[in-house]
Amino acid sequence: MYLLQIDWWIFFEKLILVAVIVTTALVVAMYSTYAERKIAAFLQDRRGPNRAGPFGLLQPMADGLKLFMKEEIIPMTSSKFLFVLGPMLAMITACMTSAVIPWGSTIDIKGHQVPLQISDINIGILYIFGVVSLGVYGIMIGGWASNNKFSLLAAVRGASQMISYELAMGLSLLAVLMLVGDLRMSSIVNHQIANGWNVLYQPLGFLIFFICALAECNRTPFDLPEAENELNFGYHQEYSSMKLGFYLFAEYINMFISAVVMSTLFFGGYDIPFVNEAAWGNHWWVGLIGFVVLMTKAALFIFLFMWIRWTIPRFRYDQLMNLGWKKLLPLALVNMLITAVVILLLHK
Amino acid sequence: MQALTKRKQQVERKPMTVWEKLYLPSIFKGMGITFSHLFKKKPTINYPEEQRPFSSVFRGLHILNRDEEGREKCTACGLCALSCPAEAITMEAAERQPGEEHLYKEEKYAAKYEINMLRCIFCGLCEEACPKDAIYLSQTFAPANYGRKGFIYNKEDLLIPDPNTDPEGYEKAKGDIGKNIK
Repeated sequence: MYLLQIDWWIFFEKLILVAVIVTTALVVAMYSTYAERKIAAFLQDRRGPNRAGPFGLLQPMADGLKLFMKEEIIPMTSSKFLFVLGPMLAMITACMTSAVIPWGSTIDIKGHQVPLQISDINIGILYIFGVVSLGVYGIMIGGWASNNKFSLLAAVRGASQMISYELAMGLSLLAVLMLVGDLRMSSIVNHQIANGWNVLYQPLGFLIFFICALAECNRTPFDLPEAENELNFGYHQEYSSMKLGFYLFAEYINMFISAVVMSTLFFGGYDIPFVNEAAWGNHWWVGLIGFVVLMTKAALFIFLFMWIRWTIPRFRYDQLMNLGWKKLLPLALVNMLITAVVILLLHK
Repeated sequence: MQALTKRKQQVERKPMTVWEKLYLPSIFKGMGITFSHLFKKKPTINYPEEQRPFSSVFRGLHILNRDEEGREKCTACGLCALSCPAEAITMEAAERQPGEEHLYKEEKYAAKYEINMLRCIFCGLCEEACPKDAIYLSQTFAPANYGRKGFIYNKEDLLIPDPNTDPEGYEKAKGDIGKNIK
């Protein structure tokens, strides 16, 4: 009898949501490797992979298979436990962030209101920042466990870069929160549906957040930790086979999640501009349309990430630190100040 | 200190202007340039479907020639093997029997003729040395192979198709050798 008292509905609903969202994140990360190669090729006047399947669409499958089939090499003098732990941490923290993002509006299935969000905790955005900070551990452990001076140096640089840029990111986020008043992701989206997108009120904040997101994902121009030329491939130099696959994959998942978080915070999440969707009701297809709209915005951001990667050369380490501490941090503080002043003036 | 050449250029070490220090304007300009490349024509050639044309003097795989009646021209004189700097050609001669006049032009012919494509440097000296115009270098590559054995081409692989049985193959293999010579 106890079994019938458990709310099986919530259990299955969350289970299906988790499965769908994690699968979506993995598939999108897989195809963004393909998109990266295609976009890089088109920006460089060449074609990119077009042999594996029509237009090369099965290329990520081939890459995944290749990574599984390669030989696992673990350096003899490294700590084996830490060596295996590093990529696992990177992957876990990358996937965990997808739990609080609202993927669509609340839909109505057989009388139950199902929010398309795995958990709508009341510290939504703070959770994402906490988990992203944990991602630093993945890099540091990977660099340390490789027992290699270059990897260690690269890992240290990566950690310092990620920590420095988290500050400016948090401050630009604070300005958004001053506007919205609540940390929950769903109320941020609802506020934007009601009052217009946050990017209109916080253009400078968006710019700062975007630059810091580039740095958090270790993407060019901030990719010194995994630089191919300077640091011999950086912290994932000693890794082979699927552990390397996990590091690379975790980077792409991070990129996807950053894109989705940016669209949620600044561009309205699943809201279609100029269209009043609340008037359509709570059917399942409204939720689906919202999901597709969010994916489109994320895809545009991912394209922007890749476009920037193949345009700009890498920052030198001192230029990077200079930018993070001496330029972005004061700018974010000024942004916060201006936002506070304007809010006080307007609400008086 | 005196300059060694007249081509010395002074490196500009001016500090960055305010506009340059922002990084952003030049980044946007760069991004515009890259974006315009998305719409330009790509110079890539889709290899097996399209191929670039070779010149008529391109030195590729060897072909053993026949005359117009379809008889093999090679007499196994050994001048090509002698002139080959990489010693890639080996052959064994045989005498033409009375019933084989339609197969071979002269009385002596090559029973076994092997070229080791891994040794060959495609220099064309064998083509220049041949007195019977029997070997020439055509316009194809040697295709890839897994083992060394696949690269030793014997006479059947090298012979041009018989114009009596396969006239199209003959014309195609002949290519435009000799057509540009005035």
